[in-house]
Amino acid sequence: MNFEFPALPYAYDALEPHIDRMTMEIHHTKHHRAYFDKFTAAIQGTDLESKSLTDIFAEISKAPAAVRNNGGGFYNHNLFWEILSPSGGGEPIGKLAEAINAEFGSFEAFKTKFNDAAANRFGSGWAWLSVKADKSLCVCSSANQDNPLMDVHDCPGTPILGLDVWEHAYYLKYQNRRPDYIGAFWNLVNWNKVSENYEKTLK
Amino acid sequence: MKKQLFLVMFLVGLLSLPFCLTAQQAVKSKTKTDAKPVPAVLSTASEVSAVAGFAGKGEDWLIPSANLIFPDLPYAYDALEPVIDRQTVEIHYDKHHRGYFNNFKKAIAGTDLETKSVYSIFADIDKVSTAVRNNAGGFYNHVLYWSNLSPDGGGKPTGELLEVITRSFGSYETFVQKFNEAAKTRFGSGWAWLSVDPASKELFISSTANQDNPLMSTEEKQGFPLLGMDVWEHAYYLKYQNKRADYVESFWNKVNWQDVQSRYAEYFKIAARIK
Ligand SMILES: [Fe+2]
Ligand SMILES: [Fe+2]
Repeated sequence: MNFEFPALPYAYDALEPHIDRMTMEIHHTKHHRAYFDKFTAAIQGTDLESKSLTDIFAEISKAPAAVRNNGGGFYNHNLFWEILSPSGGGEPIGKLAEAINAEFGSFEAFKTKFNDAAANRFGSGWAWLSVKADKSLCVCSSANQDNPLMDVHDCPGTPILGLDVWEHAYYLKYQNRRPDYIGAFWNLVNWNKVSENYEKTLK
Repeated sequence: MKKQLFLVMFLVGLLSLPFCLTAQQAVKSKTKTDAKPVPAVLSTASEVSAVAGFAGKGEDWLIPSANLIFPDLPYAYDALEPVIDRQTVEIHYDKHHRGYFNNFKKAIAGTDLETKSVYSIFADIDKVSTAVRNNAGGFYNHVLYWSNLSPDGGGKPTGELLEVITRSFGSYETFVQKFNEAAKTRFGSGWAWLSVDPASKELFISSTANQDNPLMSTEEKQGFPLLGMDVWEHAYYLKYQNKRADYVESFWNKVNWQDVQSRYAEYFKIAARIK
């Protein structure tokens, strides 16, 4: 099995006060863990075992719902933990900043677009910043544990930044106030990591 | 002339009454922030009284959507403890549910949907905006949910309802097991339902995504809902967190079987008027 459940790259309370310790702990050890366990169980003994997540997602329409939901849940949370940091926040610089300005006009305009995508996703899902095949950036959202790498997605691309807007991501601290959680998220974004993700897609 | 004036005054007086007297005292901790909901379209006296007594029973939903009001919670916020905690009930009712109601009213304002019943909106749900679909569903589903629960709930259904459950599923235990399965396996946000199949008149279990429900034309298997279990995380996360299964199993301790039974009986009276 070439899949591993990642340790959280910081302590459970490291993202306080924006994301509380209890939320982080349950999110990582229960939700994320369950996606990982169910995903590996779902692919066990199938030819998906030898494929990469990207390859699995590229043909997700042919896979069972258990692979789609749990494979998505596994991958999406991996990305989510990585793009957050206790020392995050601020604005991107360099190539990523240029690409954001080129696509959205300004960093503020990008944020507004991303906030809308996150706030307007009805039910459970994710908001994304991804790089399309033509290397331009795009903001979109997806339902449940889908993501832009999946062949079922209406805005295909490689996600470089993702925001979990399932209620489990914020309910203990923010309850029905999803916009407050979205606002707080920007204080945690690890732009170095997002830039790294972006530059990887250019190669 | 005098008689008409009297009638108008009577109606105005009736409308200014609190809409659900029974719940007023029970819900002491609640602060009323919104103005009294005065329906915009009232044509007959019977409609007015239907609005004043709106409790979300099957027949109550036959009125024009513009006349629908946001009903009071039929019990105190802490009345469902320990199965559903006070804070969850308060936020669920006062924020989530009220939000759906307000957004539903906003979404239909000035459109011909104002004159239609929610039943006829649901029957053509594929023809309306997402805002109408999500919020009409969210409003209707939660009225059903609160009414399906009771501080004195639990136990087993009896009489006619038990008979049709047994006929449809083999036994009450099998029914609960299948319903729990539907509730636990609905991925993401959604609902589990017990509904009447209009063709066979038997009952069936289904689950729907987000705020969809079995009345909607987009559902593969359509029917008339008797019992709905909200499995959005907001319904249980403060108390149960990731343990949805615990919430699902505890839920039965508060099910108001009289309400479920009355919805079943009512279905046969209004079936022809639902479309
Ligand atoms: Fe999550
Ligand atoms: Fe709900």
